[in-house]
Amino acid sequence: MKTLAVTALSRSFGGVRAVDGVSFAVAPGEMLALIGPNGAGKSTCFNLLNGQLRPDTGTVHLGGRDITGLSPRRIARHGVGRTFQITATFASMTARENVQLALLAHHRQIWRFLRPAPQHHAREADALLAQVGMAEQADRAAAILAYGDLKRLELAIALAAAPRLLLMDEPTAGMAPAERTALMALTRDLANQRQMAVLFTEHDMDVVFGIADRILVLDRGRLVAEGTPETIRANPAVRAIYLGTGATTGGH
Amino acid sequence: MLSTLLVQLLTGLSGASSLFLVSAGLTVIFGVTRVVNFSHGSLYMLGAYTGWSILSRLPREPLPFILGVLLTVAALALLGALLERLLLRRIYAAPELLQLLFTFGVVLVVQDATQAIWGPNDLPLPRGRWLRSFVEIGDARVPLYDLILIAIGPAVLAALWLLLTRTRWGTLIRAATQDREMVAALGVDQKRLFTSVFALGAGLAGLAGALSLPDGSANLQMDLSIITDAFVVVVVGGLGSVPGAFLASILIGVLQAFGIVVLPQATLVLVFVIMAAVLVVRPNGLLGRPQAIRENPASTTLIRPAEPALRWLGLAALILAAAAPLFVGPFLLSVLTEMAVAMLFAAALHFMMGPGGMASFGHAAWFGLGAYAAALAVKGLALPMTAGLLIAPLLAGTAAALFGWFVVRLSGVYLAMLTLAFAQIVWAVMFQAVDLTGGDNGILGVWPAQWATDRLVFYWLTLALCTAATLVLRTILYAPFGYALRGARDSELRAAAIGLDATRLRHAAFTIAGAAAGLAGSLAAFSKGSVFPGFIAISRSVDALLMVLLGGVQSMAGPIVGAIAYTGLFDLLLLATDQWRAVLGLSIIVLVLAFPQGIAGTAHRLWLRGKEA
Repeated sequence: MKTLAVTALSRSFGGVRAVDGVSFAVAPGEMLALIGPNGAGKSTCFNLLNGQLRPDTGTVHLGGRDITGLSPRRIARHGVGRTFQITATFASMTARENVQLALLAHHRQIWRFLRPAPQHHAREADALLAQVGMAEQADRAAAILAYGDLKRLELAIALAAAPRLLLMDEPTAGMAPAERTALMALTRDLANQRQMAVLFTEHDMDVVFGIADRILVLDRGRLVAEGTPETIRANPAVRAIYLGTGATTGGH
Repeated sequence: MLSTLLVQLLTGLSGASSLFLVSAGLTVIFGVTRVVNFSHGSLYMLGAYTGWSILSRLPREPLPFILGVLLTVAALALLGALLERLLLRRIYAAPELLQLLFTFGVVLVVQDATQAIWGPNDLPLPRGRWLRSFVEIGDARVPLYDLILIAIGPAVLAALWLLLTRTRWGTLIRAATQDREMVAALGVDQKRLFTSVFALGAGLAGLAGALSLPDGSANLQMDLSIITDAFVVVVVGGLGSVPGAFLASILIGVLQAFGIVVLPQATLVLVFVIMAAVLVVRPNGLLGRPQAIRENPASTTLIRPAEPALRWLGLAALILAAAAPLFVGPFLLSVLTEMAVAMLFAAALHFMMGPGGMASFGHAAWFGLGAYAAALAVKGLALPMTAGLLIAPLLAGTAAALFGWFVVRLSGVYLAMLTLAFAQIVWAVMFQAVDLTGGDNGILGVWPAQWATDRLVFYWLTLALCTAATLVLRTILYAPFGYALRGARDSELRAAAIGLDATRLRHAAFTIAGAAAGLAGSLAAFSKGSVFPGFIAISRSVDALLMVLLGGVQSMAGPIVGAIAYTGLFDLLLLATDQWRAVLGLSIIVLVLAFPQGIAGTAHRLWLRGKEA
């Protein structure tokens, strides 16, 4: 069964159809990239999946269960992990505590009032940090971590909930090229090991074509192409959108 | 019957008019400068006093009256501009809470200055015949002056609307309300814009103050009583929206006028219920715009349990405090008792304000509710003291849970203003419910149980309970719940992404903080032997805020140190001078000017200099 199945998703803002009848699916362990020029509807599409926005029509199913229109919190509870374009971590805690809090939330142990939080799941948190190569940074404050390390910390936080699907919004934005490849290679390994589906948006085409199993191309809210990197590379419609022949993106 | 309704409606509308004048100024100033100006009520009060000085010297005819009112408006506009140039300009970059605190410092100074200039007595304005005349509408007699006031509200709204939409200056104000940075980037002289907006707002407050004279008097209570209503109006109408303020003033004004006829006891509660209802349906007020989500920038300090050295110091202080009665006199013992109570009160506020990220400006509400609950339990129900000490946190916690249900859905200044308004309403209820609470006379003879009447025993009991409760709060903060609460403060986005329910966490924190403050209040009641509405006064809420800010929001030890230092200094101040308001107000002003990023924040940075966080 597909991890994520999206059917005929649409959302308009005023008269603009930002996302227009988009359908696709992601399989376990698969990495699917969502690309398109600025204003193509990538962010809207992403926000419809993560609960930030509600779709006008269409459905989102996760592992066969309908999660359409749920809040971000509920969607997280159903096994969707996230990383953000601008990293969001708990700045007043250490890296380890960040992961520990995510583990506590996952195990529904938040409403405990006695034993200190740092005494919960410490070993599990360290194991997760080790998986993303952050073992040595475990005791450092999230507020002072380098940007690339924050990205990896976010990954460890997301993994704490053992997600079936990982949504990554511009995962390599703001990183140096070498770091980008390393982060995405790491994600690739994690997806394989855990049979975790990954859906990501990305501007860096080297990353997209080097890492993704399949690619979705959006233009003006519509899905214009879908396929492996090779077929997308060869697709004339995609070339037209990105290179601009004037035929498809010209006058209105 | 119909005529009674009409008279009430007109009374309500005339009340709404002056409420609108004050609120419009407050909301315009907020819209442009992003400062919630607590001292706006002081400008209103100064308008009344200035108006009194001018009008009582003029002939009691309509034309001199108008002239006198216009002179007052000009004087207040000038004063407002001065206030902005000399003081407020310096704190635009400071955190919201410090701005609110700063302008409260101005309130205190203005109170003492006004009393020094005009004396402590109410100053009624001798009214000319025309001000006392009535107009017959049907079979009802309506005061002419009410009708004039009713006309002034819409007239000012229309004038403001023309000013805001038809002049370049108005366009700039509207632009700055929407996007201050953009207006600055376009090369507009922000300083002049801000000063002029402040002058406009102060002029409106002065107008309202002067116009309030024929129906009342200039008195020293009017600043805080109007500012509470104005906060409610501005929050209900939507921060920054002038038409919203107009709608909300009419809503609140009419409601108050009818409430007094129908359900005199419940008017204040009714105002609050309306406010709650509006905010549940429209969290940004009737005509307000949503505020941008702010990821909390102030919370970047790593929170660690106290270092061993500090723990030993704390233990030593506790032993010293426990042994103190053996070698200090009764006065110092009462100061020590006060310190213990203050410690728990401040720790309770810190609980929701630091890790919870909810700055309350009305924490005295829970303190006072606890004190009254304990007093009524022993005096009214003749229960033993222990039952009183148990009921107090339960009742305060329950009230906090009810009120918190919708407050935790707000944030930032909205939350601060609402908690303040709620505390004022609790204050007014205690003040008015004379049968139950004795009103201004309070409840006397709230003494501890037989076994604890000895000052020494009671001190030890207080110290033990306050220390224990503070330690419980600390334990909760380091437990998973506390971490989750702090997580929701650090990053809303991330908290939701790992499945945390920020609203529920905050609601629980709000309730716990209320219960802890209630316990502190009940201990204060037994230690003083009496309870007064003053237990809920704004100044008590501000006391707690100052303690937390003095000690530092970022550590659990902060509020404890802050409470001890503040109580000690304040008692010294009371011994030294009658003008404690002015001294305290000036201290607040100087402290915020010297440390615009927070006293504790600055100290913390100095402490950490050279160390990695």
